Amino acid sequence: MDLSSFDPVVLITTMMIAATPILLAALGELVAEKAGVLNLGVEGMMIFGAICGFMIAVNTGSPFLGFVAAAVGGAVLSLLFGLLTQYLLSNQVATGLALTLFGLGLSALLGQSYAGIKPPSTEKLDLPVLSDLPVVGPILFSHDLMVYFAIALVAGVWAVLKYTRAGLILRAVGENHDAAHALGYKVVRIRLLAIMFGGACAGLGGAYLSLVRVPQWTEGMTAGAGWIALAIVVFASWKPWRVLLGAWLFGGVTFLQLYLQAAGVSIPVEYLSMSPYVITIVVLVIMSADKNKAAMNAPASLGKQFHATH
Amino acid sequence: MKSVKSILAGATLALGLGGAAYAEDPLKVGFVYVGPIGDFGWSYEHDQGRLAVVEHFGDAVETSYVESVPEGADAERVLTQMALSGHDLIFTTSFGYMDPTINVAAKFPDVKFEHATGYKNADNVSTYSARFYEGRAVLGTIAGHMTETNQVGYIASFPIPEVIRGINSAYIHAQKVNPDVEFKIVWVYTWFDPAKEADAATALIEQGVDVIMQHTDSPAAMTIAEERGIMAFGQASDMAQFGPTARLSSIIDDWAPYYIARTQAVIDGTWESTSTWDGIKEGMVEIGEFSDRVPAEVQAEAQAISDSIVSGEYHAFTGPLNKQDGSVWLAEGETADDGTLAGMDFYVEGVEGDIPN
Repeated sequence: MDLSSFDPVVLITTMMIAATPILLAALGELVAEKAGVLNLGVEGMMIFGAICGFMIAVNTGSPFLGFVAAAVGGAVLSLLFGLLTQYLLSNQVATGLALTLFGLGLSALLGQSYAGIKPPSTEKLDLPVLSDLPVVGPILFSHDLMVYFAIALVAGVWAVLKYTRAGLILRAVGENHDAAHALGYKVVRIRLLAIMFGGACAGLGGAYLSLVRVPQWTEGMTAGAGWIALAIVVFASWKPWRVLLGAWLFGGVTFLQLYLQAAGVSIPVEYLSMSPYVITIVVLVIMSADKNKAAMNAPASLGKQFHATH
Repeated sequence: MKSVKSILAGATLALGLGGAAYAEDPLKVGFVYVGPIGDFGWSYEHDQGRLAVVEHFGDAVETSYVESVPEGADAERVLTQMALSGHDLIFTTSFGYMDPTINVAAKFPDVKFEHATGYKNADNVSTYSARFYEGRAVLGTIAGHMTETNQVGYIASFPIPEVIRGINSAYIHAQKVNPDVEFKIVWVYTWFDPAKEADAATALIEQGVDVIMQHTDSPAAMTIAEERGIMAFGQASDMAQFGPTARLSSIIDDWAPYYIARTQAVIDGTWESTSTWDGIKEGMVEIGEFSDRVPAEVQAEAQAISDSIVSGEYHAFTGPLNKQDGSVWLAEGETADDGTLAGMDFYVEGVEGDIPN
């Protein structure tokens, strides 16, 4: 095998970029699911965030405002889901699927006049000395800010869920909404906030696609990334750091196989193409080997409707 | 989205049927697309063809379409629904719809089907495709001249004859003008996934490629080429707006005349099952304007190849050509027959790597 043209630094830096959209979306979904809400509309919120971010970034010339708009857009769309499932008690699975369809259609409509436009480029970190270091520089110190933001958000979500009172309440709502309600917590309000956080994260992930990773608007450009994000939450057994691992693994292997093909490595393409999925399945099998542990991690009230009867 | 569209299509059809009792029954023409009509590539051009039909026939036809239909079993469901809802003529516009089209056509003998880029016909199923490889010959010539690193990247979708023909034709003509040229081929196993296409482009650029050709449907690779300062070609559609500097030329599909002719044939009652395979001459394949970046003599050479293909003097696969394993395929002066081209499953000599099964 000829590995002379193989550059691990390029591989790792690109992998981090490739993983960022699904990382953000999966992290948002994790918080929603931790609160007991199964929102299958991730794909719809992502694509809606992608077009919102793109429109605002193009019109204002500021990628930062674009990302803000994407987060707001994603949150607003998720609020629709929240109102339907939390107040009108509609079925979460069906409503989530409808949200995906709605998001795809609405974004296609909004984006009609935005095809073929180049968005303003997102600034990359450029620290004196540090960014120029060999190996470490490109991997750690020369990404665009969203990559760092996504990783910081993982740490933030982990710390909040694990160490703060707010995190404890959120988990309580997800584990047993009746008990949480009996204790006087506003189950519906907390869930709405979690849903909106999920929507905002998905929107950011979508905007990362349209503003950084592919820099363009194309209808349906998320092409299933939202579904992968949903799978990663399960893969991570609802743990934030494992979401990071899952996203990097999936993003990394997806890019790795393309990279190996381009490098002319003589592994049959079929194996390379299926590798992201095979590795995901293998890891899932390994992680679920301990049956009790894996099952315990799913929030007990996930996907269940809550209606305060008193 | 597609199910919503189908429901809407169904609703419009129901309304249409109500009105049809009074007016003359309009011909119902349906289109099935593999990507969104806003992909600015393959599906976009098919939809432009549909719009041309609408404009040409006005009230005499009624068209509907379903976009982003996955290849495989789901396509069969969509086709069945279209046939049931009273369509007279249905265009299925991706290779992977071949078997679903044949299966559904067998159940609806009165509905005419037209399948793009496939090779299976039936009494009520025609096939049509364009000789994209003729366009690839022209683009390959430009690529061979323009590459400075002698590395041309090729983003391929699925290992089907149409894609393999494109790779071979591009390679043969690039190699003819630049004996040192090498092709790096990446199979992405999708027609439309902008993120993956962009990743493939990035991977190729990291390997030293400075010209990218693609056989996928979105302009993502063009965008990356523009951003990274390398060169690329528009595919299926011109894509100029995505790479004002990067774009050298393009292959543009023009389905409009064919769609109009076939619709007319159904109206006249002269429709027959046919296999159409048109190229630059008939206008189904167009070569996009050459960029100013391409030197005049290269433009002239590329134009000359296009002209000689049109006049019939030259065939894009003209011997002497060997297969990848070194065995003789075409002797000096011999040209490839359509049968071999339609089922092409081998690389020509010089292309590196294996074709996935």
